Amino acid sequence: MIPVCPTTALPPGEATRVEADEPIAVFNVDGEFYAIDDTCTHQDASLADGWLDGCAVECPLHASCFDLRTGKVSGPPAKTPVRTHRVVVQDGLVYVQPGSPADGAA
Amino acid sequence: MSRTIAVVGASLAGLSTARALREQSYDGRIVVIGDEVHAPYDRPPLSKEFLAGTASLDDIALGAPDDEDLGLQWRLGTTAVGLDHLSRSVLLEDGSEIRADGVVLATGARARRLPGGDGLAGVHVLRSLDDAIALRDDLAAGGRLVVIGAGFIGAEVASTARKLGLDVTVVETQPVPLAGPLGADMGAVCAELHADHGTRLLTGTGVAGLVGTGRVEAVDLSDGTRLPADVVVVGIGATPNIEWLAHSGVALGNGVLTDAHGATNIPGVVAVGDCAAAWSATAERHVRIEHWTNALEQPATAVTTLLGAGEPAPTPVPYFWSDQYGARIQFAGSRREGDVARVVEGSCADRSFLVVYERDGRPVAVLGMNQPRLFTRWRRQLRAAVPTAP
Repeated sequence: MIPVCPTTALPPGEATRVEADEPIAVFNVDGEFYAIDDTCTHQDASLADGWLDGCAVECPLHASCFDLRTGKVSGPPAKTPVRTHRVVVQDGLVYVQPGSPADGAA
Repeated sequence: MSRTIAVVGASLAGLSTARALREQSYDGRIVVIGDEVHAPYDRPPLSKEFLAGTASLDDIALGAPDDEDLGLQWRLGTTAVGLDHLSRSVLLEDGSEIRADGVVLATGARARRLPGGDGLAGVHVLRSLDDAIALRDDLAAGGRLVVIGAGFIGAEVASTARKLGLDVTVVETQPVPLAGPLGADMGAVCAELHADHGTRLLTGTGVAGLVGTGRVEAVDLSDGTRLPADVVVVGIGATPNIEWLAHSGVALGNGVLTDAHGATNIPGVVAVGDCAAAWSATAERHVRIEHWTNALEQPATAVTTLLGAGEPAPTPVPYFWSDQYGARIQFAGSRREGDVARVVEGSCADRSFLVVYERDGRPVAVLGMNQPRLFTRWRRQLRAAVPTAP
């Protein structure tokens, strides 16, 4: 597991990027944490820099939308989903487990 | 009786139109006509990743797996040569015609060429996939590249060619590149990227002619300079593909003239994308926008107009981006001469900044270099603040 940050460092509506083999974006949506691949599957842009709207993130470059819970594309031009990653909160710290999909993700 | 809608143009605007038709519950026949033989592809990478060889044709395909469900009839490699507005028929170059209940004009634009530049090998424009493949092959030989025009296409080609190891000179007629879209101050800042990365930029100099027999050897400038060149790219803007409509009765100007929601003067005929000059209430004139995002978003509005189904979506805030020399430039809004540009974050010297353009103290446009997160917030704010045409 990769430590991300203390929960207090990632308030609701915020996102952060974690360096891994493939960078991962971690989001706080009203106290729930979600992690997906950071790089948009359409063209090179960081989703952690995107616009968070409920459980969707909009890519800052071309406005592709991804569902943070499933990684699925919810708005074009992206065609391919992003991977989700399991997030664990322990003792006030946020961790991600790269490669293991979030619960409930496809 | 089943209805037919003909979409003339098979690039981003045409494909987005077909998708919007289905999204808005149109279940009749859709015929998409395209003059290129290729299935729809994304053009922005043609000057960047595709030209550099890091993106493949598959990577830039616009089609998605779900598009199979759209049930489109494709007529690729077929040029439309006329429109009969009485029968709403699209006339094709092979002599056939497609009779339709609705017609969407999405024929885009073509690269402007340099007079006298045709017929010389090594002289390129960049608009289509075939253009990009030809240029990529030529750049692979290395040598000296002269780019005529320091607009976004020219700058991106220069950037890609530098990365490929070519010796690059960019020639610009205007004293400051990109002064039109960004204003002189910010145009100058963005143009500094050339020097940062070893590209020569010559401004305020026109091109007198191209030198060479069979293959280009040099570019002669109006100040008498001769620039030796192995490859030349002409990036001096684009012309809307509207000549085929000359006798159609469709009102034309700098593009197909439409109202704010895509309607032309002919009932049942709408226009979208680079070929369309839509009425802008804020600018108080018809504005033809050549940006990718416009081709993506505008069709939904025009389709609503065509189907006569409800209120068209509000006009989106114009947005474009450019990737040059590793820097990401993003712009949203509508800038006019006289707007005041103010740096609100970062610094120009660091090549990381956010600039807000203000008119009467109100933000009207925003420019970011390497500030995607902050830029997105400002862009959102503009979207909410800009009044939409009734």
